[in-house]
Amino acid sequence: MISILGRTLVLAALAFAAAGAVTGFAAGASHSPRGYAVTRACAVGFGVSSILANLLMIYALVTHDFSVHYVAEVGSRATPLYYTIISLWASLNGSILFWAGVLGLYVVALAVGYANKHREYMPYTLAVLQSVCVFFALLVASIANPFAPVSPVPLDGPGPNPLLQNHWLMAFHPPTLYIGYVGMVVPFAMGCGALLAGRLEAGWIAPLRRWTLVPWAFLTVAIMLGGWWSYEVLGWGGYWAWDPVENASFMPWLACTAFLHSAMVVERRGTLKTWSLVLLLSTFLLTLVGTFMTRSGVFNSVHSFTQSDIGPVFLGFIAVCLVWSVGLLALREHTLVGAPSRGSVKPVSRETMILAQNVAFTVFTLMVLLGTIYPLMKEAYDGTRLSVGEPFFEKWALPLGTVIVFLMGVGPALPWGGADGAAGTRRLAAPVAGGLLVPAIAYATGLHGPASLLALGVSAFALVSAVRELVEPVLARRAAKGESLGQATVKVITRTHRRVGAHIAHLGVIMTTVALALSAGYQQSVDVTVKKGDTFELAGFVATFTGAVEIQEPHRSAVGAEFTLTRDGASVGTSSPRLNYYPRMREPVGTPAVYSTPSGDLYLSLMQVAPGGASASVRVLWTPAVVWLWVGVVIMSLGGLLSAVPSPRRRAAPVVAPAPGAAT
Amino acid sequence: MTGRPLAAIAAVAVAGAALAWIGMGDLGENLVYYWSPSELVAAGAKAHGATIRLGGQVEAGTVDWNPDTNQLKFVVTDGQEHIKVASVGAPPQMFREGIGVVVEGTIKDGQFATDRVMVKHSNEYRAPEDGEKPDIVTLSEDGP
Repeated sequence: MISILGRTLVLAALAFAAAGAVTGFAAGASHSPRGYAVTRACAVGFGVSSILANLLMIYALVTHDFSVHYVAEVGSRATPLYYTIISLWASLNGSILFWAGVLGLYVVALAVGYANKHREYMPYTLAVLQSVCVFFALLVASIANPFAPVSPVPLDGPGPNPLLQNHWLMAFHPPTLYIGYVGMVVPFAMGCGALLAGRLEAGWIAPLRRWTLVPWAFLTVAIMLGGWWSYEVLGWGGYWAWDPVENASFMPWLACTAFLHSAMVVERRGTLKTWSLVLLLSTFLLTLVGTFMTRSGVFNSVHSFTQSDIGPVFLGFIAVCLVWSVGLLALREHTLVGAPSRGSVKPVSRETMILAQNVAFTVFTLMVLLGTIYPLMKEAYDGTRLSVGEPFFEKWALPLGTVIVFLMGVGPALPWGGADGAAGTRRLAAPVAGGLLVPAIAYATGLHGPASLLALGVSAFALVSAVRELVEPVLARRAAKGESLGQATVKVITRTHRRVGAHIAHLGVIMTTVALALSAGYQQSVDVTVKKGDTFELAGFVATFTGAVEIQEPHRSAVGAEFTLTRDGASVGTSSPRLNYYPRMREPVGTPAVYSTPSGDLYLSLMQVAPGGASASVRVLWTPAVVWLWVGVVIMSLGGLLSAVPSPRRRAAPVVAPAPGAAT
Repeated sequence: MTGRPLAAIAAVAVAGAALAWIGMGDLGENLVYYWSPSELVAAGAKAHGATIRLGGQVEAGTVDWNPDTNQLKFVVTDGQEHIKVASVGAPPQMFREGIGVVVEGTIKDGQFATDRVMVKHSNEYRAPEDGEKPDIVTLSEDGP
């Protein structure tokens, strides 16, 4: 029953998307209001069908309807309800269905929210969007069909991959990643729409940037959640290993971040139009490459579920999208109209800093891409199996990251159009002082790693610059209007939220950079094997092994090692790392015990427990400042979202030069 | 922006040069090779200094773990060649004779030195075959 209903919904979604794509292109060419109305109705039809199909699958999972293929694949009566619901994205076919569902949410949001805006390019945008929908609906209807009936109906299923039911974060990392990843299709479609429509007024890029900021903010958090999950579950004590699946999420983020900055130059100066579109289209293509890498099984990871035919199909789709993007840019690039050029630009200006930032981000993206796909090309070429080691990525990420944070401090300090030498020097004096003072203090207090000192220096430099950009307008407003500090702050945030959001995002980057430098540079670790009653010490903590316990749960069993912790002599509680045994997995899945404090985390990862629980081997790590990594990324993301909020005043105004300094 | 072509050309040149440097320079130095014991022996001098992921079986009767110093020694074999491995750290819970392992490290003093021992498993998720018991170690079963 559910199989038939699900199949019907998927086919309906496919039909709506196909019809919407055709009518959309026709309406774009003929400017027919009727055609556009039909296109929007089809978009809503696709969205509703695909969202209902997802809800139906959740219903099938929760009711353990093993006559549905996907439920028989990942369902189990013993799995707790929480993990049963999130099994929707625990395997290949469900995750493609979920992808279509998220796509549906975006399509509806755009078709309804922008119904009467940007009429020149919206029909084309919806047409391109629904063409992508056709591809995903086709996947769900054919090779990735999760609704296929199963006969005879099994009594029970194996449950989801143990790694995916081992931590509550699994409910958050995949959906945020999908909202980020899938969302990149919207700016892609808008960019294509703008190119197809052509001859748009200068303001065309502002809504595009806004629709990019939303998926960007989600992708930002999703990358962090993936690292956090790896930290909490995999037991090696790190959060980032330059693994292909991590790189797959990082590359579109880099390209997208570059676009968010170059788009401002398009708005302000009318230049970098083509380059910005290259970045935008690349972002979307990189999300497809990332999906291919994680879903096709070319890289062995927790993300590659089983061998499937989806790899070649995805490669084909990437090829089509690449040809489409390049062709569209080549044929329609000349139709883009920018803001009128306003005078010459000095070499030391915000524009050139953004250009330099773009170069750094592009090199970063290509470096990660090279290191990620090199093993694939090498194996295809001569069969050698290898991987590119972390040192390669680290060696290049460090200087590129340093340059990026440095530019983040310089750019906002310089005016659009450029400053003359003396004025520029004055603006940079305070940040430079901060950038020298902080590493000096750090050195005096015992931090001697050159990489960490460099990271602290550029972070302090950028911090002074960003804080000044946030505080100065408030003080100026208070002085000019006689408002209280609170009033002036609220007014500045509400009136220039786009600019404030950008600087808040920059503060998040700075916090993240400092946390990365400290956690990567000053980690301490020790491997110990302790008998009952034994103690060990690390970073001011003393842990005492009080015994092993055996835990039985419906879906798994576990052994745990119990430790009591004291810090500087005072008791701070217990720590219980464990190893979980799932019935269908040969080796255990660990749950490290993480004791988090603002200054750092004490991390106990259980390696083994001797028979009878007489002794336990644990890997113990002290990682400074790691909490601030999670916090910093969330601040970055929230800043981006604040910046994406549409401004009611701006919308009514004709697109002309905004007041100097009104926006970043 | 006046001088736009100049700026754009400069940007592309900088990006291109940086990439060429990255690609030519040290990609080769940072490769991790996936080798079996036979391939490792066949590589000869090329294996020295390189980071290697060695996969094979733990040879029976060769496991020597000292809990006090955290030194773990064993031999990895693929049936043809035998590689002595010296590892730091406790063996993973499922580590035992005959099991498949992957160790990552380098050749040092004629031994394979590593601090990363992974029990090899298939990521592919499969249902157990008939009669196959889940591999669960419980405290009571193996109790003293």
